[in-house]
Parts: sequence; structure tokens; C-alpha cells
Amino acid sequence: MIAVFFSYFALMSIAAAVMTVALKNPVHCGLALLALLLHVSGFFVLLNAEFLWAVQVIVYAGAILVLYLFVLMLLNLKTDERYFHSTYLYFLTPAVLGSLYVIYLLLHSPFAGAKGDAPAVAVLQDGDTAAIGIKMFSDYLLQFEIVGVFLLGAIIGAIVLAKTPKPLNLRKD
Amino acid sequence: MLPLSAYVAVSAILFVIGLLGVLIRRNFIIVLMSVEIMLNAANINLVAFSHYLESMAGQLVALFIIAIAAGEAAIGLAIIIVVFRGKLSTNVDEMNLLKW
Repeated sequence: MIAVFFSYFALMSIAAAVMTVALKNPVHCGLALLALLLHVSGFFVLLNAEFLWAVQVIVYAGAILVLYLFVLMLLNLKTDERYFHSTYLYFLTPAVLGSLYVIYLLLHSPFAGAKGDAPAVAVLQDGDTAAIGIKMFSDYLLQFEIVGVFLLGAIIGAIVLAKTPKPLNLRKD
Repeated sequence: MLPLSAYVAVSAILFVIGLLGVLIRRNFIIVLMSVEIMLNAANINLVAFSHYLESMAGQLVALFIIAIAAGEAAIGLAIIIVVFRGKLSTNVDEMNLLKW
């Protein structure tokens, strides 16, 4: 059952990513990105990360994507006739070959490593949200505060950047 | 149970698609969307390793990456609005003021 869901999410997210990159109209690209984000959140459910699933749907699909669509509508872009770089074929072939090689390497790697202290049974006992909360407010408190300050700086920076500039008040004398 | 390499392979494919989008698209907004694709690929990777290596650290880092993606989107779109106001275009080829 997990394999069926995994292949559905994998196929749909890859197709949505290709559409995001390849479609012509920017609004269609935004909607394809929405499909990608929702299918990526499906992976998080398969991996027992329900809290990240909720955050992905609320923050990514709900907030960030709406910001993108808002700016797209605000700017009212006309679609370019030539929307790829003229040299894109030089990138395409090496990218396909290189990714095939990387996937070949990845599928043959064992990925063994030291196990941590949060096996799936222990996490499922209190739920993923409780496990993340306990970890975040004990071991990762400093990082949490840093991200908070970062978001404050990003908000202030975005407001300062996008403010309408005042007309220059040149003195006559 | 699926092998970990399945998740890592999907994440690698998504990352390459996002990288291609950054390299070949000419619209700045689509370039930013491709960056979001790459961040999502990294998130899949982190959560998959977190699940298979039985540690919460990967999920926490993925959470921080989502927060940083939000900041990046806000700042990037503000820059797009500023540039669009001056040039009436979001073509990355025309943004060469800092190039020498």
C-alpha cells in the first residue's frame, strides 16, 4: 500500500515540477507549483512526519504560494514569446545524463548509519507534534530564536524594499 | 517498507528539475519558484533520513528550511517589485546593473 502511494506521489510531484519549469504562462507555473507542494506533503505523511505535513500545507501552499500568485497578479506580466534562454539545450542534456548517473549511484548505496533516539514506535506514542516540540524547545532553542529574528528581519526588509519611494525633494537654492 | 534510496532518488530528480529551471528560465518569478522546488527536494531528503535513521533532527531542520523559504520568498518578491517598477520587466537577462 505504501509503495502504491509512494509511486503516485513520486510521479505526480515530478510531473508537477516539470510543468512548473516548462509551462509558458507564469500563473500556470504557480498552479503547478501548488500541485508539487501538496504532493511533497504526501511524502511527509508516508514518513510519519504529520507536523511537517501540516506546516507544508499551511505555510508553503497557503502562505508562500499565495504570495507568489499575488505578485504575479499585481505585476500583470505578459508572456514572453521566448521564455527559455537561447542556450537551454546545452544545460538539458548534461542535466539528464548527470541525474541519471546520480540516481544510479543513489540506488546502489546502503545508507547505513548510527540510529538516533527517536524510533517510529516511540514517536507514534505521543505523536509527531509532541516529539518535535520537545526537541525544538530543548536542544534546538537557539536555532528557533535565530529563525524568529530572521523572519522579523525578512518582514522589515520586504516592507522597506517594496515601499513606494518618495519623490526627490530638490531644493531650489 | 520502501528502501531509503527511493526517497533519495525522487529528491535528486526534483532537485535537478529545479536547478534546470533556475538555469534556463528567463522570468525572475519562475526562477524563484524553481528555488522553491530545490528547497522541497532538500526537505524530502531530510525527512526521509530522519525517518530511516530514527532521529528527530532532520524534521527540525526541514522546519527551519520552510521558515527560511518563507523569508526568501518575501525578500525575493520585494526585489522583483522594485526592479519591475524601474524596468517594467522581470526578465533576468535585463537585470545587469551590477555586472561589469
